[in-house]
Amino acid sequence: MEKILDRREFLKLSGLAGVVFVSGLAGCSSMAKRSDAKEFYFVQLSDTHWGFKGPKVNPDAEGTLKKAVAAVNGLAQQPDFIVFTGDLTHTTDDPQERRKRLAEFREIVSELKVKKVHFMPGEHDASLDHGEAYQEFFGKTHYTFDHKGVHFIVLDNVSDPTASIGEAQLQWLATDLNAQPKDARIVVFTHRPLFDLYPQWDWATRDGDKAIALLMPHPNVTVFYGHIHQENHHMTGHIAHHSAKSLIFPLPAPGSQPKRTPLPWDAAQPYKGLGYRDIEADVQTAQYRITELPVVKG
Amino acid sequence: MKLKSRGIKLIVLAAVLGTGLVSAGDYASVQTEDPVIKIVAKKFDYTPNEIKLKKGVPVILEFTTLDVFMGFKVPDLGVRADIIPGKVSRLRLVSDKVGTFPFVCDVFCGSGHENMTGTIVVTE
Ligand SMILES: [Cu+2]
Ligand SMILES: [Zn+2]
Repeated sequence: MEKILDRREFLKLSGLAGVVFVSGLAGCSSMAKRSDAKEFYFVQLSDTHWGFKGPKVNPDAEGTLKKAVAAVNGLAQQPDFIVFTGDLTHTTDDPQERRKRLAEFREIVSELKVKKVHFMPGEHDASLDHGEAYQEFFGKTHYTFDHKGVHFIVLDNVSDPTASIGEAQLQWLATDLNAQPKDARIVVFTHRPLFDLYPQWDWATRDGDKAIALLMPHPNVTVFYGHIHQENHHMTGHIAHHSAKSLIFPLPAPGSQPKRTPLPWDAAQPYKGLGYRDIEADVQTAQYRITELPVVKG
Repeated sequence: MKLKSRGIKLIVLAAVLGTGLVSAGDYASVQTEDPVIKIVAKKFDYTPNEIKLKKGVPVILEFTTLDVFMGFKVPDLGVRADIIPGKVSRLRLVSDKVGTFPFVCDVFCGSGHENMTGTIVVTE
């Protein structure tokens, strides 16, 4: 705990810390009390859309990801691992261009000091070729890994262009969950929201309710995702869902304007609405403290 | 017996429509088919992209695509359809509420997918 408070203190002093959001139902007081609790932290980056061009939306499209990589490398205490929750690249109809973008993206993020990096595709990476090019570069699109007592599940709701997880993957999820103790600490990473956040803008997963139904019997489940290019915190029963900011352009709040067009770049406040997050896991209480961090120090 | 009652319905319908001159063959199609609105999808729009309906009056939306696999979803009305190349998809739509309801392509189709939208306007 000491060490983590020091790090948090540092974030505060350096003016890096944004809003802290504590996930889950219990308060954070239990965290402070438990000095023996197992804790670690990881970083979530999302929706980097490498290859996107649109000067009115982001005149530094070529530089934003690189700045984010530098910002993560500059963190006083390096995270245990880093996760990219999809839309690594911006979509293109040209399969060669898609591979070029994936290669360039991989090259840029290879500069991260932390070498444990987990990837998953977004619909921009995978929906036009069922994840074929993505898999050439990053392997499986759904998988699990365990870290310090937390079971992480990566779900793919984009390789199928209909935004479906599909029966085969749902079966795989059911089998994996059955092998976990009921009170396992489970964290799900995925690209699209698993619930109907705003289907009018295609912010949904067609069979996401089936995944949520499978997760529901487990009391300690938290979902981190991307796709909507902004923070959103939502509960389905006891399961918390947290979407991350983008590293290319922010999107409007659901239904706040007629069209889902990106928010324009504000020269007075460059990189506004973009960022990444630091997630501190308290394994004992299955609580996750989220700190939103900007691309560049403001 | 069944045929008889069907015949009565046809006459009523013809009267409502005021189409006294339609042939027997046409009666059948009028009775079994609601008005059809053809919608053509292509990367990255629908033609037309505004569909006007009367509350409580059913229509058949008939979809085709000029290029790739597309979707059509009206979240507020709880309906969707796949639009498959080389096929005609049909969706019967009747709204019991008035208002303007957006529809979207819910099958990722490329770089302009996010802009593939339209509206259904339902009036009294
Ligand atoms: Cu995105
Ligand atoms: Zn996305």
